[in-house]
Amino acid sequence: MLTQEERAAISEGCDSSPSARAAAPHALGAVQASRGWISDESLSDIAEFLHMTPAELDSIATFYNRIYRSPVGRHVILLCDSVSCWIMDYEYLLNHLLTKLGISGFGETTKDGMFTLLPSACLGACDHAPAMMVDRELFGDLTRQSIDTIIDQYRIKDGDRRTAQSPLATGRKEQ
Amino acid sequence: MIDSPLTHAMKPTKEALAIDEYEDAGGYAALRTAVTEMTPFDVTAAVTDSNLRGRGGAGFPTGKKWSFVPPPGKRTGAAYLVVNADEMEPGTFKDRLLLEQNPHLVLEGALAAAFAIQAQTVYVFVRWAYAKAAQRLTKAIIEAQRRGYIGDNVLGSKFCVRVHVHTSHGRYLCGEETGLLNALEGKRASPRSKPPFPQVVGLLGRPTVVNNVETLCNIPPILRNGAAWFKALSKTGDSGTKLYGASGRVNAPGLWELPMGTTPREIIEKHAGGMKSGYNLRGFLPGGASTDFLTDRHLDVPMDFDAMQKAGSRLGTGTMIVLDDRTCPVAMVHNLVTFFARESCGWCTPCRDGLPWTQNILADIEQGRGRPEDLDRLELHCKLLGPGRTFCALAPGAVEPLQSALKYFREDFERHITEKRCPYKH
Ligand SMILES: Cc1cc2nc3c(=O)[nH]c(=O)nc-3n(C[C@H](O)[C@H](O)[C@H](O)COP(=O)(O)O)c2cc1C
Ligand code: SF4
Ligand code: FES
Repeated sequence: MLTQEERAAISEGCDSSPSARAAAPHALGAVQASRGWISDESLSDIAEFLHMTPAELDSIATFYNRIYRSPVGRHVILLCDSVSCWIMDYEYLLNHLLTKLGISGFGETTKDGMFTLLPSACLGACDHAPAMMVDRELFGDLTRQSIDTIIDQYRIKDGDRRTAQSPLATGRKEQ
Repeated sequence: MIDSPLTHAMKPTKEALAIDEYEDAGGYAALRTAVTEMTPFDVTAAVTDSNLRGRGGAGFPTGKKWSFVPPPGKRTGAAYLVVNADEMEPGTFKDRLLLEQNPHLVLEGALAAAFAIQAQTVYVFVRWAYAKAAQRLTKAIIEAQRRGYIGDNVLGSKFCVRVHVHTSHGRYLCGEETGLLNALEGKRASPRSKPPFPQVVGLLGRPTVVNNVETLCNIPPILRNGAAWFKALSKTGDSGTKLYGASGRVNAPGLWELPMGTTPREIIEKHAGGMKSGYNLRGFLPGGASTDFLTDRHLDVPMDFDAMQKAGSRLGTGTMIVLDDRTCPVAMVHNLVTFFARESCGWCTPCRDGLPWTQNILADIEQGRGRPEDLDRLELHCKLLGPGRTFCALAPGAVEPLQSALKYFREDFERHITEKRCPYKH
């Protein structure tokens, strides 16, 4: 079932698109924004809402690089593997990143479900190669140290948020 | 007079120019003149006179492109102006600068273009990775609406226009103009057959012009200062300035607005600060991943459309990727072909099957498993994937660096095969 917010987000996309079904990629993006990825169930729900068949919608979902049809972690790391970053030795950083995250290759998610690492085509930041994005944030001129700092900061930020949200933490604050 | 019309007003802080700042620098005066004193035909004529050629890679004359759109009397219904802000050509980062730091210039150019072709709707198709650009553009649209540059009866004229930002979900083909139109219609972004050209049958079957961000940014200064001024900006026959870039092992990778026809030598040595110490120049791709390699013999060839073509390459996006003497050219081409194989939309057989095949051969050679006949096979693929044999320009673009690498760096390919290893790995 799509939530009220998801329906509203899809409808908003329909308004600014040249036609209702033109909002299909937008609808996929909107639902992905709230659920992280597009499951078969989400796909059917969106298809029904847009009056399309799930198969038709899946042909669109699978075409676009940034629509995920399998689960991803809470943060997606997109490491640029295109030519300028390759010249600037992104492969060296890849190995470091894999060790840091404790995973063995692109496409994998860390055990705690925090990060998924994916390759990306040129991020349009070649003057700051090697570059990567974490979710919608861009990081350039990467070194092993800066990668460590970035990952650690995400871990701290998320850790804080989770402690803050847990009933235990609230309880403690009230005392 | 200003000699860097696209970038001169940008702020050192790299923030976007707000509408007041943009207006103070002369912004929106061109749109005002266009909609209140000129006819759409006059605007197209001014752009044609300026000899502006498209900055999206192909260099098609902009005024001529607009002139193919049937005027309202000869068409029924809407027409569209689409801004191609999908920048995804590896090695290219020029449109990002304009979108992030001068969004009102992009908008003013798009609005003037919409007026010229009498379109009531503008779509700005922005790449997913450019979230900051999309955000700044959206803010600029709201500012422009409040000042009456967008909406009904723009500045009291009869011109009515709406602007929408569409964020793409990522695929190289979204940048190809007909693929982009399919993406905007919510379909897979495979290209369409041409003819009919989008100017006649485009978005939702209506006449549509697709222009690159940098192309459109040139329109307001052309309307303000005239064709003669625009031509005088250039060092060669192709008019205007160009955003040139350099990445790779140079001291100061970056982006510079320079006269059209500036040489690679000046860009690399003067603006990019020369090669990093310990590295020498081996070659360069002048305008992104889908342009042929040039070498140190070509350092004094002007970087314009015609001269680059004569030298055996293309100006492309004008952002060059520098190959140094410690980087393996075979591995570099392998990286490039891997990108194109991954991004192939799969619509036509030579590209869908030929690119992975090429990729595998290159992987074999790079890893010391290559055989002498592989080089003939690569040459054959360059022909089979070349112009005229595939449905769109992705595949011909993909083999441009390969075919020129086989020409200029042949001994590197041969050494990999005879020594059964990469000579660059120690
Ligand atoms: C595979 C492929 C990808 C392309 N990507 C882009 C792009 O990201 N941005 C762009 O402006 N043009 C791109 N182009 C060129 C467009 O098809 C089109 O020529 C251009 O947007 C026209 O604008 P212009 O006349 O202002 O140059 C691409 C072409 C191909 C074949
Ligand atoms: S050349 Fe490649 S990208 Fe273009 S239509 Fe054919 S398969 Fe698709
Ligand atoms: S090649 Fe990595 S950002 Fe362009």
